[in-house]
Amino acid sequence: MTKGLIFNIQRYSLHDGPGIRTTLFFKGCPLRCWWCHNPESQKTKIEFQYWKDRCIGCAACTFNCPVNALSLRETGIIRNDKLCIECGKCQQVCFVDAIEWIGKKMTVSEVMEEIKKDILFYDQSEGGITLSGGEPLLQSEFALEILKECKSQSIHTVVDTCGYVHWESLLRIQKYVDLFLFDIKLMDDEAHKKYTGVSNKLILGNLKKLSLVHPNIIIRIPIIPGINDDYHNLFQTGKFVASLGIKEVDLLPYHNIGIAKYQRMGKKYLLDNLSTPDDRNIQNIQALMANFGLSVKKGG
Amino acid sequence: MTERVKRLREQSLNTPPSLSIERARLLTQAYKRYAGTVSTPVLRALAFKHIMENKTIYIGEGELIVGERGPAPQQAPTYPELCCHTLEDFEVIHNREKISFCVSEEAREIQKNEIIPYWKGKSIRDRLFQAMSPEWKECYEAGIFTEFMEQRAPGHTVADDKIYKKGFLDFKREIEESMAKLDFFEDEEAYYKQEQLKAMAICVDAIVAFARRHAEMALELASKETDPNRKRKLEKIAEISFRVPAHKPRTFWEALQTYWYVHLGVVTELNTWDSFNPGRLDQHLYPFYKKDIEEGILTREQAKELLQCFWVKFNNQPAPPKVGITLAESGTYTDFANINIGGLKPDGTDGVNDVTYLLLEVVDEMRLLQPSSNIQVSRKNPDHFIKKAGEVIRKGWGQPSVFNADGVVEQLLRQGKSLLDARCGGTSGCVETGAFGKESYILTGYLNLVKILEITLNNGIDPRTGRKLGLETGHPTSFNSYEELFEAFKKQLAYFIDIKIKGNNIIERLYATYMPAPFLSIIISDCIQKGKDYNAGGARYNTTYIQGVGIGSLTDSLSSIKHHVFVDKTITMEEMLKALKEDFAGHERIRHLVLNRTPRYGNDDDRADQVMMEAFETYRELVEGRKNTKGGVYRINMLPTTCHVYFGSVIGATPDGRKAGQPLSEGISPVQGADRQGPTAVIKSASKMDHLKTGGTLLNMKLSPQVLEGEEGLEKLVHLIRTYFRMDGHHIQFNVIDSNTLRAAKKNPDQYRDLIVRVAGYSDYFCNLTDALQDEIIARTEHSAL
Repeated sequence: MTKGLIFNIQRYSLHDGPGIRTTLFFKGCPLRCWWCHNPESQKTKIEFQYWKDRCIGCAACTFNCPVNALSLRETGIIRNDKLCIECGKCQQVCFVDAIEWIGKKMTVSEVMEEIKKDILFYDQSEGGITLSGGEPLLQSEFALEILKECKSQSIHTVVDTCGYVHWESLLRIQKYVDLFLFDIKLMDDEAHKKYTGVSNKLILGNLKKLSLVHPNIIIRIPIIPGINDDYHNLFQTGKFVASLGIKEVDLLPYHNIGIAKYQRMGKKYLLDNLSTPDDRNIQNIQALMANFGLSVKKGG
Repeated sequence: MTERVKRLREQSLNTPPSLSIERARLLTQAYKRYAGTVSTPVLRALAFKHIMENKTIYIGEGELIVGERGPAPQQAPTYPELCCHTLEDFEVIHNREKISFCVSEEAREIQKNEIIPYWKGKSIRDRLFQAMSPEWKECYEAGIFTEFMEQRAPGHTVADDKIYKKGFLDFKREIEESMAKLDFFEDEEAYYKQEQLKAMAICVDAIVAFARRHAEMALELASKETDPNRKRKLEKIAEISFRVPAHKPRTFWEALQTYWYVHLGVVTELNTWDSFNPGRLDQHLYPFYKKDIEEGILTREQAKELLQCFWVKFNNQPAPPKVGITLAESGTYTDFANINIGGLKPDGTDGVNDVTYLLLEVVDEMRLLQPSSNIQVSRKNPDHFIKKAGEVIRKGWGQPSVFNADGVVEQLLRQGKSLLDARCGGTSGCVETGAFGKESYILTGYLNLVKILEITLNNGIDPRTGRKLGLETGHPTSFNSYEELFEAFKKQLAYFIDIKIKGNNIIERLYATYMPAPFLSIIISDCIQKGKDYNAGGARYNTTYIQGVGIGSLTDSLSSIKHHVFVDKTITMEEMLKALKEDFAGHERIRHLVLNRTPRYGNDDDRADQVMMEAFETYRELVEGRKNTKGGVYRINMLPTTCHVYFGSVIGATPDGRKAGQPLSEGISPVQGADRQGPTAVIKSASKMDHLKTGGTLLNMKLSPQVLEGEEGLEKLVHLIRTYFRMDGHHIQFNVIDSNTLRAAKKNPDQYRDLIVRVAGYSDYFCNLTDALQDEIIARTEHSAL
């Protein structure tokens, strides 16, 4: 049976599509956006996270590590990733949840069991499930099976994608998707490469093709001050989106609540000191987009 | 809000409460005059009449609805026939930091010279403690259960529509008819019935006289009034009070004044837990409203002003202060009038009408603790109704709470009520289901489910005192399975429930014998027809409740033992018991294990929820169906008021990681902080309890204001409520506040005096709560959606 790598299943998710939803966060993403607030979503393998403020220094993890990869120092637990065999023992014995291995291999039926728990809430609110990440289509077989299973049980489905995927996988799943949330970050390819690590050609091409076969697409644009909130970029974005016949755009203003996650994972955060765009800024962008006949919402 | 309402509201909020000795004095005079010469019901009726004919009458400046329980607003009478305050009690009440009542020198003198000498040893409280067994007293003192009736009468009931359809003179005719039918040849009870009916007739005269005294005073004030507007209003008040409640009301204004006289009658006759209220107010008032509007004698604005004046009257009545230890049992104390809005009509169709929305506006504008309010949500009601209520709810001061009207009907039907009586029912007090106007549904006390587990884990001993309170069900280390432990718990539970029920059945008889309530009996079906008192089984339905407290803590504790000691065998029973005994000191690892690695209630995790279901069913089976002394049966409901704090204070550390003395979980909410999967999971877990088999459950959910912003937020609220009710959930209430505000309020109470939060089945001023309660409210998980 196909297994997928999931790093979170969030119930009562209110901002990833209509109604009350359960969002499945797939682990692994082809992009490395500087502003990513889910750094734990990037790698397609389980990852070690250490919550220093939760650690009580009991050292139970070090005693239970079969390969002595962990040691307790004054600064907390240090892990030697050359020794570590990623067995997860340390997490089992850490009762204060200071050690967390992010990512869990799950079967489709395990995932469905979680999804079905809130089925009455979906019915009532016209909600459903959202595949997000990371990039769900990096695990397209697994995503496809979940989507098929959901549709067979009349559960509304949303896929949130960065678009940097094989067109074939998009084409295969689209029949089972009620709504796409499709991200556009930057129209200029060089800038796109710089800030996300990849070219936008595949992304924009996929969006164009998808818009020809799928009627329900909402564009999501993260608004990152100084990176993509300039008039030129937003004008180009609006023009392109409108030319595809797409009607709706969600603006996701930058926030930095992800910084702490970078620290816990020992990763470097590239956007220090960036502030959240103010409401006036967002209103200006809304007005600009509205000129293209687009309906623009703040937030998901 | 009109200037008049603003002024009356301010006055109600700013007048410091004081204690009035007037009622006690009049009551004592009447008892001295009549006791021993007449039957007890007649004695009670004559005492009631004496009070109503002689108490100070108050008509405040600008008032449109008149009448006070005390001599003036914010003056609370005492009820020495129920419990007689000592001079020390007065001292405490006068000086305590929170919710103090001014007690005058004169009142103390009268208490000392007239009241105490007469009532010492004769009050119900004295009789009750004399009548209870040593086991009962030990359990009571250990905090295994509380006793509602030790200082307040069993008055838990609510008015239905009969007072708007008949005048008290009509009731008097019914009383006379019933008396005429008495069969002194075949019915050995005939004499008792005659005395009861005589007493009811006297009470009719008393309430009519009471209204007339207001009419006369209004006329007198009118004659001196120089402002022509006010003069007309006073003359109107006089006209109304000459008419109602002797005759049935004809207009909206008369209907409100009718209810208010009845209310004052009920709460003056006895101190009945203050849950008495007009019940389904929008249903009762709508015919009057519609007619008055159509006839052009009332505008919507006038109706609103009258309702707001009516609201102030409730808030003018502080709950009479308690005596002795119960001050500790209940951290705060307010009245429990809880007005029902919406729901179903008697014919089963959608009951939402114009008055429904008017009431929601009144609730919103008045922002008063009393009366409290709730919406009764049926699947037949429009979403618009819930959204309108949601606009008030999201302001975050705790009203209105939300009930499942269809669930209430099902609960009542299951209990054997007729479909019509069920549809005319609702919820009162905190969350209690009842057939309004037809049922005596008495809450008798909270049962400390978690304490009973503690005693089970100590083989019958209360570890706090070392006294043996329970049965010897075996040392827990001798149990080989979770089932054996649960069996022992069940035996202990049965044992303590027996003690409680035996005590209750004696107390019911004490009230039936010494404290009949002939006035209340007039308006509760079928006391007149049966010739029987409300307190003796005269009501059509008679239900006695025991309220289970701490189901969340109990579940997590049982689950902890089950999973760690018996299933996973992570620790031994000895280790667990040692850690509990030492309050987890030096056992931090065990504490973290049980806190973070136990399947816990509130996460939609069947491993825990099934433990809850088994515990709930066991408790229910042990209580439900037992006979009370009024021809009815015992049932359970699951609500704590604030008792989960007191109950927690008498329990040591528990296997769920809770430290000694900390509060228990409240209502059917999860242990504070144990729910980590968000609101849908809490709702799913809670709905696995079979609510239809209870007479009320209480689920508290704290939401941060952001979740409910905008039209979308209201929709989300509707979805949560509808889905919970689709799964038969009984009640849900929302605390919409962020914890920073609460922390700030705790630090600087002066700046947050107006901050109202939902405590349990009711709201209170945050700054009036004890430190422990404040902390607990802060700690309740904030379910904000990220």
